[in-house]
Amino acid sequence: MPGADETQGSEPDSVLAEESLNAAVAEAEAAFTGASDLDELASVKPAHLGEQAPVLRARRMIGSLPSEQKAEAGKRVNAARAAIQSAYDERHAVLAEERDRRVLREEAVDVTLPWDRVPRGARHPMTTLAERIGDVFVGMGYEVAEGPELEAEWFNFDALNFGKDHPARLMQDTFYIAPEDSGLVLRTHTSPVQARTLLHTAPPVYVVCPGRTYRTDELDATHTPVFHQVEGLAVDKGITMAHLKGTLDAFARAMFGESAVTRLRPHFFPFTEPSAEVDVWFEERKGGPGWVEWGGCGMVNPHVLRACGVDTGVYSGFAFGMGLERTLQFRNGIPDMRDMVEGDIRFTLPFGTEA
Amino acid sequence: MRVPVSWLTEHLELSEGIGAQELTDALLGVGIEVEDVHSLDAVRGELVVGRVTEITELTEFAKPIRYCKVDTGGSEPETNTSLGFAVTERSYDEEQRTRGIVAGATNFAEGALVAVALPGTVLPGEFTISERKTYGHVSEGMMCSARELGLGDDHSGILVLDPGSALPGDDARTTLGLDDAVLDVEPTPDMGHAMSIRGLARELACAYGAPFGDPGVRELEQVSEDAWPVRIEDRDGCSRFVLRRLSGVDTRAVSPWWLRRRLMLAGMRPISLAVDVTNYVMLELGQPLHAFDTASVSGGLVVRRAKHGETLTTLDEVERELDPDDMVIADDTGVVSLAGTMGGASTEISDSSTDVLLEGAHWDPASISRTARRHRLFSEAAKRFERFTDPALPPVAVELAATLLQQYGGGTIERGRTDEGEAIPGQAVTMPIDLPDRTAGVRYARGVTARRLTQIGCKVSIGTGDDGTAEVTAEPPSWRADLNQPADLVEEVLRLEGYDSIPSELPAASAGTGLTEVQRRRRAVSRALAESGYVEVLPFPFTAASVWDDFGLAADDPRRDAVRVLNPLEAEKDQLATTLLPGLLETVHRNISRGFRDLSLFHIGQIVAPTPGEPSAPDPGVRQRPSDAEVDALEQAVPDQPLHVAVVLTGQRMRTGWWGRGEPATWSDAVEAARTVAAAAGAELDVRSAEMMPWHPGRCAELRVEGTCVGHAGELHPKVLEAMGLPRRTVAMELDLDAVPMRRRRPAPELSPYPPVLMDVALVVDAEVPSADVAAALRSGGGELLEDVALFDVYTGEQVGAGNRSLAYSLRFRAPDRTLTAEEATEARDAAIAATAEQCGATLRQ
Repeated sequence: MPGADETQGSEPDSVLAEESLNAAVAEAEAAFTGASDLDELASVKPAHLGEQAPVLRARRMIGSLPSEQKAEAGKRVNAARAAIQSAYDERHAVLAEERDRRVLREEAVDVTLPWDRVPRGARHPMTTLAERIGDVFVGMGYEVAEGPELEAEWFNFDALNFGKDHPARLMQDTFYIAPEDSGLVLRTHTSPVQARTLLHTAPPVYVVCPGRTYRTDELDATHTPVFHQVEGLAVDKGITMAHLKGTLDAFARAMFGESAVTRLRPHFFPFTEPSAEVDVWFEERKGGPGWVEWGGCGMVNPHVLRACGVDTGVYSGFAFGMGLERTLQFRNGIPDMRDMVEGDIRFTLPFGTEA
Repeated sequence: MRVPVSWLTEHLELSEGIGAQELTDALLGVGIEVEDVHSLDAVRGELVVGRVTEITELTEFAKPIRYCKVDTGGSEPETNTSLGFAVTERSYDEEQRTRGIVAGATNFAEGALVAVALPGTVLPGEFTISERKTYGHVSEGMMCSARELGLGDDHSGILVLDPGSALPGDDARTTLGLDDAVLDVEPTPDMGHAMSIRGLARELACAYGAPFGDPGVRELEQVSEDAWPVRIEDRDGCSRFVLRRLSGVDTRAVSPWWLRRRLMLAGMRPISLAVDVTNYVMLELGQPLHAFDTASVSGGLVVRRAKHGETLTTLDEVERELDPDDMVIADDTGVVSLAGTMGGASTEISDSSTDVLLEGAHWDPASISRTARRHRLFSEAAKRFERFTDPALPPVAVELAATLLQQYGGGTIERGRTDEGEAIPGQAVTMPIDLPDRTAGVRYARGVTARRLTQIGCKVSIGTGDDGTAEVTAEPPSWRADLNQPADLVEEVLRLEGYDSIPSELPAASAGTGLTEVQRRRRAVSRALAESGYVEVLPFPFTAASVWDDFGLAADDPRRDAVRVLNPLEAEKDQLATTLLPGLLETVHRNISRGFRDLSLFHIGQIVAPTPGEPSAPDPGVRQRPSDAEVDALEQAVPDQPLHVAVVLTGQRMRTGWWGRGEPATWSDAVEAARTVAAAAGAELDVRSAEMMPWHPGRCAELRVEGTCVGHAGELHPKVLEAMGLPRRTVAMELDLDAVPMRRRRPAPELSPYPPVLMDVALVVDAEVPSADVAAALRSGGGELLEDVALFDVYTGEQVGAGNRSLAYSLRFRAPDRTLTAEEATEARDAAIAATAEQCGATLRQ
C-alpha cells in the first residue's frame, strides 16, 4: 500500500488536514468501487479500514494536537471514517446482492447427481424385528433371555413334557445330531429357554426369548428349515389366562397397530395346558382385514413347572411362541420366504439402518 | 381325516340351519382344526338313475366297449311354448324311456342301477355331456363313475347302485347324496378320541349342548366260549384282545352303496366287503380292526413282542425285519400281523375266503408309535392306536363289523367271542372346584365345572378337601387317556366354555433391568457395521466337510471337528459350521451370480464350537427337578456356541462413479471392520500379523483384545478363492464377540484446556517391523505429555534404503495443567524417538 508508506512519520497537521482526509476517502471509495467481487473487496478493506489505514492513523494522532484543536480534528476524522465505512458497506451490499443474484447461480451444481461412493449398509429386518419385540417386552418389565441353538434333547423335549414316543415329538421334524445317542438336537423351538430360565431363576420370571430355530422342512415359499421364533414366559403367583390374553393383545398392538387384537382357539401343546392357538386381527391382510394365524400359547403345564423345580401349588404361568418369519411375512407383505433367507442384498438393503 | 357332514351329524340331534360352515366354527371353537371344507361339486342339469336293460359287447375295438340300452325312466323333455312361456313337460312314452349309451366300463351287468347324465348335463369340472356318435353308435348320455361325480377318486368303473335302492328316472343327486359337504379335520395328537365320527360328534354335542346317541355303546350278548384261542404274553403292549368269527361269508360281495359312498367321501377306496367294513367301523368308532382269513391261521394266536430275526411280509407285499420291540400277533407258523400297524399277507382275506376272524384290540400307544416310525408305516390304524383308542371299544367294534359283514356277505356269526385282557380304567382326578376360574381369570357360573366334565363323559363327584375347600373329582371316560391332572380338567372346562369369554388383562410384571450389556453390545456392533456400509445376511449353519479342504485347513485343524447332523436336508451339508465364513462366502457367491460384484456383507450369529470326540447329553428324567449336578452335566454336554461376527468384502469398497475412480476393498477394510466392531464393543484392538488359513499368509491380521486372540482379518488366500470360485482379493474378518471382554464402565478422560504442541517425525525402520510396534514405542517414550500418535505416511524407496521403510507420524503433546513450552515438547519427542530406536531399531529420517 504505497499511500500508507508515504504518510509514515508525517506531521499530525498534514495527516489531519481536511485535504488529506478527503483524499483518503476518495482513495478508499475508488478502491472499493474497483473491487469486482466480495473477495476483492475483502482484500482491499484493511488498507482503508484496518489498523494502518490513513484515517485510523489520523485518529491516533489527534492526541498529539493542542487541546483546542482536538475536537475539530476528531470531528473531521470521524466524518472521514464514517464516509469510508459507508462506501464500504454500500459496495459490500452491491457485491453481496450481485453474488446472491448471479455468482451463486453460476456455481450451481446438479444436486440430483447420485452420491454413493460407499453405499450405506442395512440390517436384516429379522434382526430389527427381534429387537423391536425385545423392546416391547422390556417395556412391560420383561427381560430378554437367550439359549443355544444346538440343544440337549432334554431341554427341547423332555423338560417340556414331550413323552419319549408321543406323536408330538415326531411332529416337530427334528434335526438330530450324530451319533444317534448324542442326546442333542437343533432346537425345534425357542421353548427350551423356558426350561433353562426356570431351572436357574426363582419366580417371579418374566422373560422373552427371540432366537433361531430349526426343523427339517425343505425351503420353499412358505417354509424354511432355519427360522426364528420368539418365546414369552411369565411365572408368578396368580397368573391367569386373562393375563396371557392381555399380554398378547398388547404385543399385537405393538406389532400391528392399535386396531390389532388377538383371538385364542383351543389347541394342544405338550408344554402348556390349557393350550391355544393365537390369531391376530390384521387390518392390512391381503384380501381384506381378517384373522391371521400367529402362534401358539397356553398356561405352562404343571409337568413342566415340576421338572424345572417350580412349586405348582404357589406359582402358575403362561407361555407363548410366534414365528418371526411369518410375522414379518404378513406384516411386511413378503410373498416368498426364500427372499428372507437367501441373503440377496436387494432384499435387505431397503430396510436400511432402521432401529 | 375327511368327514362327510351327513355322517358326522347322524348321531346328533342338531337344530335346523346348522350347515358345514357352522359345524366348522363349532369344531374350531372346541379346538379341532378344520383344514378344509369341501362342498360336493354341483351337477347341473339332469342326473337320473337308470337301469341297464341290455348290453351289447362291441368286440371290433382294441378295448372292451359296450353299447347299452338304459331305462332312464323319462323322456326327452319337451318344451311347450303355447302358453306364452316355457313349460317343460315329461311324457312317459315307453319308447323314449330307453336310451342307447356307449360305455368303456365292464363292471356292471344287465339290470344294474346306474347314474346317468343326460345330454346337456354339466358335471364337475365343467364337463358338458352331449349326445354324440361314438364307436358306431349314438350315445345319448353317460353312465358316471364316482370320480366324475366328485364323490371320490374311484374311476375303475361306473358307479353301480344297490339293487332295489332306487327307480329309473329318480333324481340321482338325492339317491347318491350329492348334496353333502366334507370337512377335513385335523385333531391334535392328544385327541385320540376325535379320530372318529363318534368322537367328533361327541365334541359337537358338547359345543351345541345337543343330544348325542353314542354308537360306541352297545349291549352285547354274553357268551362263555371263545371264538379262537388267544394268549396275550405282553400285557404292557396289549391290554385287550377281542375276536369274533364268521363262517360262510361271501367275501366277494360288493359293499352296499351307502357304505362305499361314505368311505369314498372319507378319502378311502372301497376294496372288498371285509376291508370296507373294517375301515368303516374304524372311521365310525375310531377302533381299527383286522380281518384274518380263518383258514390261513394255524393254531392259537399269541400276542407278544417279536423275536430277533423274525420277519413278516405285510399286506403291502414288503418283507419286514421285525424288531424285538415290535408287538406282533403270531400263530403256530410264526408272525401273522404287525400289531396295530399292518396285517400280514399270509392270512389276508382273499376272494376264496369264507371264514373270517375279526380282531379288535387295545395297543400301547407308545409301542405302536415306535413300530410305525421304525417301519415307516403310518397307517390309518397306527395313527389311531398311537394316539390312544378306547379300550372299552374292541368288543363293540368287532360286533358292529361282524353284523355288517353278515348283513352284506351272508354267513353265520359263530357263537363264541374271545375277549382277553381288560379295559384298564383311568385314574380319577381331584381338583379345587374353582381351579378353572382361577386359571382362566373368569368367574364361571355356578355348576359349570361339574356340568362340562359330565358332558365330556366323566363321572363327577363334588366333595370337600382337607382344608375345607370344595373339590371336584372326575373319573375320566374310557375314551379319554389325556385327563391325568387338574390342568387337563381345567382345559376341558375352559375350551367348552369358550376362550372368547376370557378377558384381556395385563399382569403386573416386576420392574425389569432392561437389556443386558451383552445384548446392548450386540446391537451396537450390528448397527455400527450396517452404518459402515455392510449388509446383514443370515446364512444357514449347514456346511459340507469339503469346505474345510477348500479352506486349506490342516488335517488336524480343530475347525474340522464340526458337530454333525444325522438327518441333513442336503446329504453333503451335514456339518454345523465352526466358523461363519462358509455361509457368508456362499451368500457372496449367490449375490455374484445374481449380478452384484461389489459386496460388503456381515453376519452375527452363533457358531458351534469345534467338539473333539462325540457329544453326548444325559437324560435326567422329568419326574422332578434334576439335581444341580445333573443340570450342570446337561449344560456341559451342549457344545459351546459363541457369538461370532464376520464380514466379507469383494469388489469395490469405494465405488467408481461420476466423481472419479473407486477403490477396491482390501485387507485393510477387513481390519477396519474389526476396529469398527471393537469400537462398538468398547474394546481396544491390537493387531498382529499372523498366518492362518483361509487367509493370505502375508495379509492376515490376528485380532487381539487384552492379549487374547479373538479373531482374524485380511485378504483370503488366492488358493481358497480359486477353489471356491470367488473373485480375487476377496477379504474377510471373523471374530468371537463372546471372547471380547465386557468393559463395565468406559473411563471419561480428564480434559486439559491448555493448547497442544504439534510435531511430526519420520522414522526409518526395517520393513519387517510392524507399524503398531513403532507406534507403541512412541507412546511409551513420549510419556504422559504425548496425547496422540497418528501415522500419516508410509514410504518405501531408495531414499530410505533397501529393506527399510519410512513411517511418518504426527504427534500431539499437551500438558494437563499448563501451556506446554516448545522445549518441553521437544524433550518429550526426543524421548519418544529414542524409545523407537531402542525398541524397533528406528532412526530419524534425514
